[in-house]
Amino acid sequence: MSIFGLALDIGFFAAAVRLAIPLLLGTLSELTAERSGTLNLGIEGMMLAGALAGFSTAAATGSLWLGVLAAVCTGMAIGAIMAILVVFLRLDQTVTGLGVSLAATGLVFYSYRLGFGETSTPPSITPFGTIPIPFLSDIPFIGPVLFNQYALTYIAYLLVPVMTFVLYYTPIGLALRSVGENPQAAAAAGIDPLKVRFFSLVVAGGMAGLAGSYLNLAAFGSFTFGIVAGRGWICLALVVLGRWNPIACAAAAFLFGAVDAFQLRLQTSGSIDLPYQLFLALPYVATLLAMIFNSRRTAGPAALMQPYDAEQR
Amino acid sequence: MRLVASTRKISRLQNAFLPLVAVAASLVICALLIALAGANPITAFGIMLSAAFGGKFALTETLARAAPLVLSGLAALVALRTRFWNIGGEGQILVGAMAAAWIGARTSLPAPLLVPCMLVAAALAGAALAALPATLKLKLGVDEVVSTLMLNFIVMYVMMALLSGVWKDPVTGWTDSPDILPAAEFPVFWRGTRLHLGVLIAFAAVVAIGVMLQRTTFGLSMKIVGENPKAAQHAGLNVSRITLFAALLSGALAGIAGAGEVGGTQFQVIASISSGYGYAGIVVAMLARLSAAGIIPAALFLAALTTGADEMSRQTNVPFFIADAMQGISLIAVLVAMTLSRYEIKFRTVERTPHS
Repeated sequence: MSIFGLALDIGFFAAAVRLAIPLLLGTLSELTAERSGTLNLGIEGMMLAGALAGFSTAAATGSLWLGVLAAVCTGMAIGAIMAILVVFLRLDQTVTGLGVSLAATGLVFYSYRLGFGETSTPPSITPFGTIPIPFLSDIPFIGPVLFNQYALTYIAYLLVPVMTFVLYYTPIGLALRSVGENPQAAAAAGIDPLKVRFFSLVVAGGMAGLAGSYLNLAAFGSFTFGIVAGRGWICLALVVLGRWNPIACAAAAFLFGAVDAFQLRLQTSGSIDLPYQLFLALPYVATLLAMIFNSRRTAGPAALMQPYDAEQR
Repeated sequence: MRLVASTRKISRLQNAFLPLVAVAASLVICALLIALAGANPITAFGIMLSAAFGGKFALTETLARAAPLVLSGLAALVALRTRFWNIGGEGQILVGAMAAAWIGARTSLPAPLLVPCMLVAAALAGAALAALPATLKLKLGVDEVVSTLMLNFIVMYVMMALLSGVWKDPVTGWTDSPDILPAAEFPVFWRGTRLHLGVLIAFAAVVAIGVMLQRTTFGLSMKIVGENPKAAQHAGLNVSRITLFAALLSGALAGIAGAGEVGGTQFQVIASISSGYGYAGIVVAMLARLSAAGIIPAALFLAALTTGADEMSRQTNVPFFIADAMQGISLIAVLVAMTLSRYEIKFRTVERTPHS
């Protein structure tokens, strides 16, 4: 079987979409934070916390949607903490974000062990089923790939045009972008950069939590320590690849969903002797290359990683 | 009503005192977490203390665990001093470990040369990996936070591919690299303990880096570059060269940390050869307030947390992961302590004042 023979059926593309959705949600989250001028290295921890909050709430209440709500709220809370640290106290974004991810990861593992104990078979829930969308799911090929998915997937689809619209066609989006480009000028125009950055981190946290909840409420149905497995860091990469634009970011997320699906096929097929780990490294390699090729053009928000100090102009 | 922060100067004494406040604050959180698990915090801290420092075995074990943290902390310190945001310590440790394991299994090398060659190879590998993002930053303006982070994962997956590919044990199928030769194992300088050459190197490196930063022109110019690159440029310093050197030194130190784990602890590369030492190094450097002298207590604190949490999880129902949580919490605590002391925070009611 050739390499490409592994990858050209409906099942493959449907799997690619399933794997792309957490990346898509996470990338939109990171995009929101970065467009306002905050590099959110806390995203990995936020996704993991969202995953556990979603899973434990769903397990306790039996309601998957309450789980989703809990995940979003948990993400928002961590986003607010991160915002207090980097926006108001102006702590270094890199080190603080790393600290937030480390602390959240440790606390999530700790609380999971406390809540669920040490068992050989992890507790599980019945995850969301797929909902075929009438008519659209009947379209040959596209239908089963895109429109026979989970409810959360459809929400993720909708977020792409919604974010594009908000970012480029509303006063809120204008405020967000201007704070990310030049907070001093934005302040002069009557926008409070601190407030904008605070709320964008809260929203980013909510989306990261949603991405985390997708992983076990839609994709896996149980919580494992490796459930996020660096997906948050991939989202940081995808924002660079998507050049801080929601539509391009979505394309990048789908591309890497496909890469992920492909390496899974490679692992299970066993017919081709290629180390699948090298495929897992692909998003990171591609990001590095994109950063090198984009370096001459300043693609990112100009004030990214610069704290805003109201007293210094 | 809004939160306003303004700058003020802090004294040297306050500066030395701050990490202690941060550690105390994170220990309070630790106590709350222990109580949450239904254990008595005082008893649990007692178990942790005696497991980390009580007796020869405990103490030497903590020292041995501190060694990679010391080196990784120094690596972060050197880079952060010049504002080269090296988040790539993890990857640099892994390439160091792989280089050391590769050299350590060579029968073609004369036995007495094995250990020195392993150290040099690991340092070179780490430096080479740091050279890439440093060059990209200096020549093309590529942001090193993301590029060093990306390299961590690239290196990790390459290592996993090697472990389950060419390095896989053909008989058992275990995914770890071949054992290094007995002559390549780092000598233990205190019989009956795990205190090996790598531990000695780590502590010697603290002195060397400390002297370099405090007593040499180069160390001083690194500081100036970190604090005010524009002023450094005006003073005629070659900012690019100094940053590049700091990055190479940082990578080399991280690489040596990897060699220490292979040569002194595992004697082969396993998937969990580093288990986050690269990120922990950043915690160590920040707890040390970016001073070489602070690296040792900071690394010992984190090492004691892991040895202590290990024992505590055996004796009580407090999960081991408390050590992981504490790493992140103490990092945030020290950052907050640093900032709160530097700024005066007050709530001020502001009318919408016209912006100047």
